[in-house]
This record gives sequence, structure tokens and C-alpha cells, in this order.
Amino acid sequence: MFWHILAQPELWAATLAMATPLALPALGGTFSERSGVVNIAMEGIMLIGAFFGVYAACLTHSAWLGMLGGIIMGAVMSLIFAWVTVSIGADQVVVGMGVNIFAAGLTTFLLNMIFGYGGTPTSTPHLPNIHIPGLSQVPFIGPVLGQQNVVVYIMLLAVIASHYFLFHTNLGLRLRAVGENPQAADTAGINVWNMRYLGVIIGGMLSSLGGVYLSLGLLNSFEPNMSSGRGYIALAAMIFGKWTPFGSLGAALLFGFSTALSMYLQGTGNISTNIIQMLPYALTILALVGLVGRSTEPAADGIPYEPNK
Amino acid sequence: MRRVLEGLLTPLVSIIIAIIIGMMVMLATGHNPLQAYAALFSGAFGSTYNLSNTIASAIPLILSGLGVAVGFKAGQFNIGAEGQYWIGSMAAVWVGYSVKGLPPVLHIALAIVLATVAAGLWAGIIPGLAKALFGAHVVITTMMMSYIAIFLNKYMVENGPMMEKGFTPQSPVIQNSAMIPKLIERTQLSWGLFIALAAVLVVYWLLFKTTLGFRLRAVGSNTRGAKYAGINVPLYMVLALFISGTLAGLAGAVQMLGVQQRLYDSFTSGYGFTAIVVALLANNNPFGIILSALFFAALATGGQSMQLVSGVPAQLTDVISGIIIFLLAAKKIMPVIRKKWRKHLDLATERGAQ
Repeated sequence: MFWHILAQPELWAATLAMATPLALPALGGTFSERSGVVNIAMEGIMLIGAFFGVYAACLTHSAWLGMLGGIIMGAVMSLIFAWVTVSIGADQVVVGMGVNIFAAGLTTFLLNMIFGYGGTPTSTPHLPNIHIPGLSQVPFIGPVLGQQNVVVYIMLLAVIASHYFLFHTNLGLRLRAVGENPQAADTAGINVWNMRYLGVIIGGMLSSLGGVYLSLGLLNSFEPNMSSGRGYIALAAMIFGKWTPFGSLGAALLFGFSTALSMYLQGTGNISTNIIQMLPYALTILALVGLVGRSTEPAADGIPYEPNK
Repeated sequence: MRRVLEGLLTPLVSIIIAIIIGMMVMLATGHNPLQAYAALFSGAFGSTYNLSNTIASAIPLILSGLGVAVGFKAGQFNIGAEGQYWIGSMAAVWVGYSVKGLPPVLHIALAIVLATVAAGLWAGIIPGLAKALFGAHVVITTMMMSYIAIFLNKYMVENGPMMEKGFTPQSPVIQNSAMIPKLIERTQLSWGLFIALAAVLVVYWLLFKTTLGFRLRAVGSNTRGAKYAGINVPLYMVLALFISGTLAGLAGAVQMLGVQQRLYDSFTSGYGFTAIVVALLANNNPFGIILSALFFAALATGGQSMQLVSGVPAQLTDVISGIIIFLLAAKKIMPVIRKKWRKHLDLATERGAQ
């Protein structure tokens, strides 16, 4: 029975679809932590992206402008996060938790305030699925890779672009240098704070895109706390992926697979759905404990940089 | 005394700023902030009934807040109090309805002991050992365990062994002998209040008057130093999470035995997450936690009547909580502003002198 499930192209299509809202924030976290800022605020920033994506889409009647709106608000939230953690040097984990509680409250508050208690309108435009000519016709591969939501393809491009940026450009090298040894980077004339702002804000934009995908790509509406821990799972995916874009994608695919599998098994009705839904969370812990081994974080990750010290 | 006042300054300033921001949000969304805050205040403290319910909802916050604080003191950021709360609740309710024929005090004690141990193991074994042996981030593991506990609770009452016969997803009611008696009839306030206050004293004593507490704090303030001083650091990390979990589990047990009396199908109690804010606002001081738990309990009970009376969604109180954490974490803002201000003044006087 199990092998039969694995032969279903829908399972693999769902794996990719469910990996996307994990891969984007994991990628975002990679940018932030490579620059030396621990970012557990991805959960909250996803919610901000998800809500303001829907709001902007409703206002402008365009899913694309909605996506833009969600990303901009994610960037604004990250800018505030960066200001408090980088410029003021506050505890990054605590502020991140603050962002998460704030964002969960703010988005639910605004949902009730703006849309009332009935939720967001069903007429909200949503981001389209794309049929890649040729590829979508191929059996098995077609349904998996050829006809996904547009954000899935953006995510795949973002992974490649991030890898190139971080490991093959000058700016990427500087960003990583700041996360490893800010004193040396500072001596070499790199502006540590600017690089960290850059890392956190790119990270926030990617995370909020993950949120936009949840609300405008998958569901077409905003629900309170709809990120349901994905920001934290993404954090695990990033660690599992050893702070690299391709590693994050690989880990996100693994978690995406467990989510897709749990969705699939729910249909079979043999096991309680509640038990199956534990799967991604349990796998996250297993990944952190057994499969990763010790992964080494950027050396200056989590330490505020204060010059002259 | 001076130190106590100084300790109160940052939280108070943070609360005031957050309340002012809340006011601006209400003005921007076309509400009357004075009316809304008045409704919030009277909803929280306006009558014996309201006041009792505010104190009642402070009880689980005090207990789980203590749990988060113990973790913090040992450098372990346990954000999974929510899940540990549910584990404690499940264990307490199970003992509460399935064990029969015990005298009341013994029954309550048995339920509480089992609940705290279960929740302590839930936090101590997996996140604790994962941290101590593999260096896995506690923030992630406790959060993941929290989701697992929530689904476990749903499973238990929706189609698992704790479901009551029938179609409503809930557990059977606990025996009379397991119910913690009410302190004030027809309110939610039970004798659990004294369990919470006793826990405050015990945690204070444990952290500041015992070797165990000293070692926990040593691991928290300087892990490397603690290691060189011969403290078994991994052991104390596990212990910190265990103790932290027992307190969150105690919160669940007291809430179940004193207020709810059965397990319902719900996704979050909210107590576990608010516990983090409670501990931060109190700067992890056990006595401060009483005050800060009362504050957030008042926001929660008052928020409901604010929504009823003035139409401001109750989630505004979560916005306020988030802002408070922000300001507390960014307490360095104050000196920065003061320094800038002083520089500004110095420049002004220099110019004046020229």
C-alpha cells in the first residue's frame, strides 16, 4: 500500500507545493544568520506577508500587487527587527519572539477590524498556477514539475540566485564575512551594520513571500495563525541545510514530503489524522538530533556587534 | 528598596508606551480609546466576579511563567510551555476521572504529581537531551514538542482513549474527589491560587537559596565558566528543562482540577505563549511574575469586555503584549536616547557659550 502511494505523482506535486512555504523562510533565515543575526521572527513575518498580501490583493484586485504588498510589509517588519537587534543590540531571540506575538495579534486584530468576523472575501484574486508548455505534458514529471503555482517557480529561482549571490559575488562574501568575524570585516572596511540590515531585510522579504504563498497561492484567504509553526520548521530546515540555499531546499523538501504524506494518509482513514499531523514536527526534531550531526553555525551568529569593544 | 524601584521602572515605562501605541491604533481605526480602556479596566477589576476571574486566569500564567523563568535563568529558552501545559492537563484529567475511591486531598495530590512529572519528562527528555547531547536548539525542539502535544490532546478527545462516550469531542468529567474547591463560589477562582503562590516561594527558594539553583544560574550566565568550575553542564540543562516543564504541567493540572474539570477539544490555551511574556516582563523574578501574570490576565479578561462594549477586537491586547516584549528587549533604547539627548544638550550649551 505504501509503495502504491509513492507512485502517485500527486504526492510528489504536493511535496513540492508544501516545501515552498518552508524553503522560502529557510532561505530567508539563511541570509539573516549568514550575516550574524539569529532570526526566529520568520513565523511572525510570514503572517505579516500572508495578511497584507490578501489585504493588498483585495484593495487592488490584483494578486501580483498583493504579493508585492505582502513583501513590502515583510520588509518593513524586518527593518524594525533589524533596527532593534542590529543598531540597538537587543537580544535577538527575545525580540524575534516579540515579533511573533506582535504579528499574530496584529494580523488577527486587523482581520477582524477590516474584514469583520466572516473572514477575508472569497473573491480575493489568487496567484495563478503555471503550465509549462511541453514539460506539463510529460507523464509523471508533468504534474509534479510542470503545473505548480507561480511562487513555487519563484522559490526555485530564488534558491539558485541566493546560492550565486552568497557564494559567487563580492557582496555575498562580505555578508558572510560579517557573520563569521565582524571585527575583521570591520577592519577590512566593510560596514558591519549595513550588511546585517541587508541580510535581515532580504530574509524578511523571502519569509513574507512564503506567507504570501500560503494566503494567495494555496488557500486564497487569510486565517489567524495560518503559518502554524512553519517559521520554526523553516528554522530547523535552515540548520539541517547547514546554512546554505540548496541545503535549505533539500531539508524543506524532506519536511514537505512528510506534510504531503500526512495529507495523503488522512484520506486513507486508517490512522487518526491528529497522529499523522504530528509527523512533520517529529521529523523536525529527529532531523535536529540524528540526521544532521553537528552543524556549525556562522561564528558570530546571534552576537550583536558593537564597534570599539 | 531603590533596587526594587529601578527594577520596576523599565517594565512600567514599556507598559505605558505600549498602552499609548494601543490608543493610537484605536484612534486610527475610529474607536474611542478612553471608552475601550475603561471597558477593559472594569471588565478586569470592576466587580468581585470580574476580579475573581482575573485572579483565576492569572494562576496558570503565574505557574507557566515561573516555568519559563526557570528555563531562562539556566539559559534555556523554553517556548514550549503550551505543550507542557497540555501534557499536564491530560495527565491530571486522566487521573481525575479514572482513579476512583480516593479521599479528596490524596486524589488531587496524585493528579498533580503525575501531571507535573509527565510534563517535566516531556520537556526534559526530548528537548533536554537533544540539547545536552546534540546541541539541538531548544527554541525549535520545545516548539515542535508543543505542536505534538497539542495534536496529542486533540487525538485523545476526538477519537482516542480519553474521549467520552457520545459524539462531543471532550473527556469525561473528573471525579468530585479530584476537584480543587472554589475559593469564591460561582467564579473561576479556586484554592489553586495558593498552589500558585506556594510555587512562587518554592521557585524563589530553589533558584536563590540552594546549590541546585546556584548551579542552574551559573550554567545560564556563563556556560563555559560553569564547565570549568566542575558543573556537569548537560545534566543541569536537562534539569532546567525538566523543572521548567513541571511548572507548566502544574499550570495545566491546576486549571483542569480547579476550573475546567474536563479536557476540551481546543487548539491552544494561549497560557503557554503568554507565559513567555509574563516571564520577560518580570525579568524572571519569581515575585515579579505574580504582578506581571495579573497584568496579562487583566488584559485577557478585560479584552473580552472591551470587544463587547466598544467593538475593538480583543486581539489588540496581543498587539500590546508584542510591543511590550519589543520594548523590554530593547531596553538599551533608553540609554541610547538619553545619550543622544545629552549630546544634543551639550552642543546647545557649547553654542550658547560661544
